[in-house]
Amino acid sequence: MLRVIYAEARKLRRPTLALSTTAIVAGLSVLFTSLVYLRINSGHNTRRGEFISAATLSQASGIAYGFKLVSAFLGLVALCIFASQTAQEYTYGTLRNLLVRQPARMKILGGKFVAMGAFAIFMVATTAVITVAASYLLAPGAKVSTSLWGTSAGLSLLGHTFVNVLLSTIGFGLFGMILGLLLRSPISAISIGVIWNLVLENILSAALSGSAKWLPGQNISNIGEGGSIDISYMHSIGMSAAYLLVGFGIVATLFKKRDVAN
Amino acid sequence: MSEIPKSENSKLNRALPHLAISVSNLTKVYGERAAVSSANFDVPLGTICGFVGPNGAGKTTTIRMLLGLIAPTSGTGTVLGHSINEPEKFLPTVGAMIEGPAFYPALSGAENLRVLASLGGFPQERVMELLELVGLGDRAKSKFKTYSLGMKQRLGIAAALLPNPKLLILDEPTNGLDPSGIQEVRELMKRLASQGTTVFVSSHLLSEIEMIAEYLVMLRNGKVIFSGKTESLLEAQQPIIIAKPEYAVDTPRLVSIAEQSGHSASVVEDEVHVLSPAEWSATFNRLAAEAGITLSQLATVRPSLEETFFELTSESGAK
Repeated sequence: MLRVIYAEARKLRRPTLALSTTAIVAGLSVLFTSLVYLRINSGHNTRRGEFISAATLSQASGIAYGFKLVSAFLGLVALCIFASQTAQEYTYGTLRNLLVRQPARMKILGGKFVAMGAFAIFMVATTAVITVAASYLLAPGAKVSTSLWGTSAGLSLLGHTFVNVLLSTIGFGLFGMILGLLLRSPISAISIGVIWNLVLENILSAALSGSAKWLPGQNISNIGEGGSIDISYMHSIGMSAAYLLVGFGIVATLFKKRDVAN
Repeated sequence: MSEIPKSENSKLNRALPHLAISVSNLTKVYGERAAVSSANFDVPLGTICGFVGPNGAGKTTTIRMLLGLIAPTSGTGTVLGHSINEPEKFLPTVGAMIEGPAFYPALSGAENLRVLASLGGFPQERVMELLELVGLGDRAKSKFKTYSLGMKQRLGIAAALLPNPKLLILDEPTNGLDPSGIQEVRELMKRLASQGTTVFVSSHLLSEIEMIAEYLVMLRNGKVIFSGKTESLLEAQQPIIIAKPEYAVDTPRLVSIAEQSGHSASVVEDEVHVLSPAEWSATFNRLAAEAGITLSQLATVRPSLEETFFELTSESGAK
């Protein structure tokens, strides 16, 4: 499987993909962190309508606040990358080349996932560095104390957030990979994935009370935020794992059995 | 195209069976339509074998089954002595270009080959050697999407050569190539065959196939209608005696002489084409002379592969 990982890494590290992803991730990190500090003390100023004050951000957990906010968007970026990298093999017809050089189809799938997972780690690490740096830069202007951020409690919370954001990002990536394998078209996989997560799930959550805890995107997103009042972290882990394992099991079986006729 | 890089794959040195490809009753059915129906053919090692048939005859489906991309509905096959159900055993020594070159548009030609070299565990040094071999050395760093059709085809051939194959399967390798490119590919295939590589090549350029292929597999409507030596196929075809009278006015009389002797004859431009054994040409010449007709031309020709192909693959010819 190592060969598949190396081959996939060659595709992922191409400048157009690696640099544009870094630029998007950096842009989102700066944007979201800036918004937190610019709108501090200005009412219900987060996506979930919470009130963020300078006192809140001055706590040890303040170091990871901007980072946590970006997680859902990182997930969408991962969904797009995983979906396109998987489905493009069908649209370009390159899957036949891959399977002639590596006929073990599960190794192809496993190697692709591991390589894209490594790419997701790079994305999340970049985001962590930029959001934390931006937070340190913006904190003095917003009268936010950073004295607790560097404590072991602060760093531990940052580490937990990193793991949660990474799990959420890889979860969304796997969601994209499932769609890519199922639909075999990058455009279809990305558009359906984005519309489902950004639009349909939000409409369903708003229209049907309590439905959010059963929806895949809401649960994967909730992992990145470390759980919420409405949905517990462990519930989201369980639900996400169930959805993704069943989905991946189905598409992996299709991938293994399906004739490669294009 | 320059010299072929030497083998660096020790797996190639192992003993190989007598046949490169052997299929028995190979069948692929989609719904109620049989794309390939009970195909039987053998391809001896170290030969160039042409794989011909009209569009939709089942050539690409057969190739995909040989490479483990499509599961046969029934039947069996072996490639380099291994069952087609175990492609991992023979694919490391098989190179293939199926249905034209397929690569990542945003990657360079070299990077595309490096992806496949990484995947197959082949030395990265082979990438530049092969790009030089197919005449793409100076465009190695250009993105695939900027390549012309001929350049894409050359890259596909380079990719197929990555494993230093014992069996090279090429599906329409000369598509998009100019005449000199076609000649280069022909020479390359000959050179590879002379070094022991079996080349299984499908092409619509039957004159090319006739020039290089010792063996031939001909498909029609998913069925193998000929499999064997190209020479045997062409020799089995009825030759044509072409005669041209000194004066065009004698052409109808020549036709009637041939027909009175029980041979089918027709006028093609100023010539008379007679379907008959080559030995009858002397008799024909004598009968014409006795009738006072002087022939300005008398020749016996065998049908070309193209003519044979059309005869065998036409609805009536195949019956």
